[in-house]
Formats: sequence, C-alpha cells, structure tokens
Amino acid sequence: MADAPAYGGDGTPFSHVSMYRNKEGLGVWEHKGKVAAVGIGHSPTSRRWDGTPENTVGAWAILALRKAIEDAGVRPDQVDGLVLDPQTTTGAHWPAERPVPMDVVNAFNPSKDPLDGIAKLSASWILKNMPELTNVKFTMYAMGCMTNALVVAAQAVGDGRTNTCLVLKGWHNLDGRYYQGGANAQDTIAGGAKWTNLWAGPACFTTATQFQAYCKKYGKSHDMMAPYVVESKKNGLNFPEGFFAQNRPEPLTVEDYLSARWVAKPANLYDNDIPIMCSSAFLLASAERAKDMKQKPVYIWNQCSTDALYYGPQVEGYSPKRAGRGIISTLEDVEAITDSTGRKMLEGAGITSKDISFENMYDGFSLFHQFHIEGLGYAGIKRGEALDLYQTDISNDGPHPVSPSGGNIGSGRTRVWQHTDSIQQIQGRAGARQIKKKAEIGVSGGPMPDGGNFLVWSATPS
Amino acid sequence: MPKQSPIPDAMDKPFWDACNEGRLVIQNCKACNLMQHPPQRDCNSCGSGANLEWKQVSGRGKIYTYGVVYDSPVALLQADQPYNVAIIQLAEDHEVNMLSHLPGVPLDEVPVGATVQVIFEPTQATGQKVPEWKVVS
Repeated sequence: MADAPAYGGDGTPFSHVSMYRNKEGLGVWEHKGKVAAVGIGHSPTSRRWDGTPENTVGAWAILALRKAIEDAGVRPDQVDGLVLDPQTTTGAHWPAERPVPMDVVNAFNPSKDPLDGIAKLSASWILKNMPELTNVKFTMYAMGCMTNALVVAAQAVGDGRTNTCLVLKGWHNLDGRYYQGGANAQDTIAGGAKWTNLWAGPACFTTATQFQAYCKKYGKSHDMMAPYVVESKKNGLNFPEGFFAQNRPEPLTVEDYLSARWVAKPANLYDNDIPIMCSSAFLLASAERAKDMKQKPVYIWNQCSTDALYYGPQVEGYSPKRAGRGIISTLEDVEAITDSTGRKMLEGAGITSKDISFENMYDGFSLFHQFHIEGLGYAGIKRGEALDLYQTDISNDGPHPVSPSGGNIGSGRTRVWQHTDSIQQIQGRAGARQIKKKAEIGVSGGPMPDGGNFLVWSATPS
Repeated sequence: MPKQSPIPDAMDKPFWDACNEGRLVIQNCKACNLMQHPPQRDCNSCGSGANLEWKQVSGRGKIYTYGVVYDSPVALLQADQPYNVAIIQLAEDHEVNMLSHLPGVPLDEVPVGATVQVIFEPTQATGQKVPEWKVVS
C-alpha cells in the first residue's frame, strides 16, 4: 500500500476496509454473539519512559499479553492470532538526532528497526520476543487505537481467520512537552498541518470550538461539565490499573476543575487527557472456544465504524474521507455523524438505546463525550440534554452510570480503559467501580466523534 | 500575529498563488457542484477526481464560533498567547470554513455571527501571503 510505513519489515498486512461496518442499513452484525472477549492484561503505567529496557513499551507489551493469556486461562500455544497497532506514540517522537540506546535494543530480540519495542511495535518484534507464541498464523495491523484493533480482531475471529486472538495497544511517552518541537518549532510548515498550524495549535482546539457552539445552541455552560469530570476522576481512582490510581491518587474537586488553567478556552487542563506509557491487551475468541476459558465470556454484539475512518490512510482499500467540507468539523458535522454512529451501533446489535446498561464512550477530550451519548440516546437523552444528565446521579451507583471506567480523563491516555471496564463490568469484576444496576449490555468506542470505531458488549450470546 | 510560512505543494499551489495575488479561490467539484477546503485530490462529497476546479469566491464570510488559545504547541504563536481563533464560514457555502485570528478583535470578545472580509497577510519566512479575516459588521 502506498505511503504505509513498513513496521518491522515483516509484511504484516494492514486492516482492510471490508472488515469495517461503516454504513447504516447493514442490519444485525453477522457475527453477533459469536465472538467474545475473555482475558485482560495491563502493564503498569508511568508518565514517561525511564530509559530502562524493563520499562519500554515493548517490555510492557509482552507483560500485558502474558497477563491476558493467563487471565483467559489458555496456553500460549493455543493463541493463533495477533492484532495490534504498531504506532505507539502519544505525540512524542524519537528525535532524529538522538542516538538509539543499543543496550536497550539488544536487551530484546530486535527486528530490523532499532526503535521497534522502544517507539513502535511490530508484530515480528512481539513474536520474536514471545517464543511461547508458537502457533500464531494470523497477524494484522489496525492503526491508532485499541478500538480499531478490537473491531478488526472481532471481525477476524467471526470470519474464522483466527480463533484465539490477542489484541494489543501500547503507548510510549518520552521526555519533553507534548507536540512541541519538530515541525511546530519551524518558521515554515508543509503538508496537511499547514491548514491549521498557522492559526490554531493545541489538539483540543477543534473540540473546544464544537463545545462552544454546543453551549450557544443549547444554552449550556462549561461549568456544567464539572460533575462529569469530577466523577470520571473518581472512577479513575477506583481503577487500580490506571495512571492516577497508581501514581497520583488525589481526588479532583469541582473547585479544582473550575479554577484550572485554560488550554484552548473553553477546554481547560482537566478536559484534556494526560499522555502516559502503558501497554494493554485483550484475548478474544470464538464464543464456542470462549466457553471453556477461565473468565466469563463477554460477547460482542456489534462492531461498527464511522464512514470517515479516523485512520483511513492506513486502511487497505479505503480512500480517506474528511468529516465535512471545511478545515474544522463543526457542531453540525459531529452531531450528524454521532447520530449515524448511534443508529449503526444499535442496528448492528439489534437493540434499542433502552437496552444499554452503561456507556463507556470515549472521552479524551471530555468536551466531546456528550456528542457520543446524545447520538446513542443513552438514558433517554436527546440533543442538548447530556449536560443536564450530568447534573443528576451519574455515578456507578446510580440509574444511568456515565463513563464508569472514568476513561482517559480518569486514568490517562490509553483509549483502552473504556473497553477493560466494559468487559469487567459484565464479568462482575470491576471492583470498586462495579455498577449497582445489572451490567447486561455496555457500549464503548472512539476516539473522535467524527471518526472512530465502536463496540457493543453483552453478558449473553443472544 | 506572526505565522509559519506555508510551503505549497502541487495540489494546493493554485490556492497559495491566488493569495499572493489578493484573491481567494476554493476547490469546487463540477460534478456535484460542492466546494471543499482544504484542497484534496478527490471530491470529498462524490469521490470524483477529474472534476475539481478552482473557483474564486467573494472573500465574504461569517463568524461561526471561536476558541481562545492559551497553550499552543506552535512556537511562533506562543508569544501572542492567549489569542482568539475564529471559524469563518464562507458566504458562498457555510459548510466550507477557514480559521482566523480576527485582527483587532479584543480577546474573548468575538462577535459570533458577524460578517467578515478576507485580507491577505505576508508571512515572515518566505513572504507567502495567507488569508486572514477582518470584522466588517
């Protein structure tokens, strides 16, 4: 495929557009209830790489994969598939002039690329460094997000291309400020960034403007976000695998939120997620295979995507498509797209919004979470009503838990907590985050409201 | 405000050349008669690759919404923080938008809905002119 980087030089294919359900009207997913998530594995978290081999994204990926295998209760030689995102950057790229530490590289079985395992992850690097995975016959790259990797793995399992499949997403974070340096430090700008770099800047800017338009349209205010962000931070502190629970276990108050510094007003510091290091893995299997595993299977009832795939350029057979016709996706664009996503999620699962027990839609940035849940009609809300819902009991003890995982806001940027929590809620092992109502059907997905991938999880196969 | 100088490429060179001549041109698809910005290889609406043309527009627009940037990763913009960034909808097609610092508008006092007119500002590194927008009503 043109312009696709060759991660590890191993020939691992990128996901193909035919694996995505990105149109409405496709009916119930043909593999509804026939694919299940069983095992979960997380590495520790840290703010940045400490320079040691033990704390590379690669070492933590191996750790997470082994934990997921153990959690599912399968033998490593029973795993026959691996789907992963080879990109691991949080926005920090390895500087061209910085020597690669060969002692770290040689602490592992390296691939042809010395940064493999340090600032990227190829399938071949994983397989070279996990010799116990002797039976992996299916490997595939799904770019950008665990959500993308999960929908691709779910489709692959459903299609019979793999029966017991590991799904991996790792993140590395290096020294220095987020997105500073590189092209942003130059006097000139080339490529696609020229259309925004001249005026704007921080990643949250687009979302901030959509939120500004949302508040104007529906008569809401940024202050109304406080209960939701505070609750997300609380849920994060109840997530032992997460960054804040492990590293900064201080609660956030409404006053803290309201007095935080602006990044791009109306987005403040706590509306943004913190870049961290972490690797996470899941084990998916056919429902038949999952029945005999150690943990209760959590059945996937639907996988779907937006029409404008967020990582379009690296999906085989897909011509990249923008969300709208301007530089910035507007409120109207994201409302139309999340309406469509909501319909696709429900249609493919064969459910209505009333069937959803809890929602773990993406939140990195907090200011777009409402677009997702309004599109779904979660808790019966319509457009412009999510911030009113936030003023009610949205806790995990309440009737309509909002982001029980705490998401990226509660535990750092992995785009994974939402899926871990959805699986754990349904398995009944979410610990202090366990929702009080019965966790029967949950939804998760993201990243962006105008481009992403989505899943519907269920306690039963049908 | 100082800005990075955009480096034109083969696809967007007509846009930047027009800026240097004081004209605003936008990509338009002759097949579906819809405009798009920034320029793309194919029409984002109908997928046609052979029917894209450059269409000169009036340079009039309207402020759709805005944000105030306090923490930009772009080094050249940091000295002027915080600053306004507005989204401008073109008069010819409100679904086509561009960005502006709205020179002369006080911080966080952006008149949403106001009419704006394009101007062209030279950038420091190469002299390439870039579109900016002034409030006219």
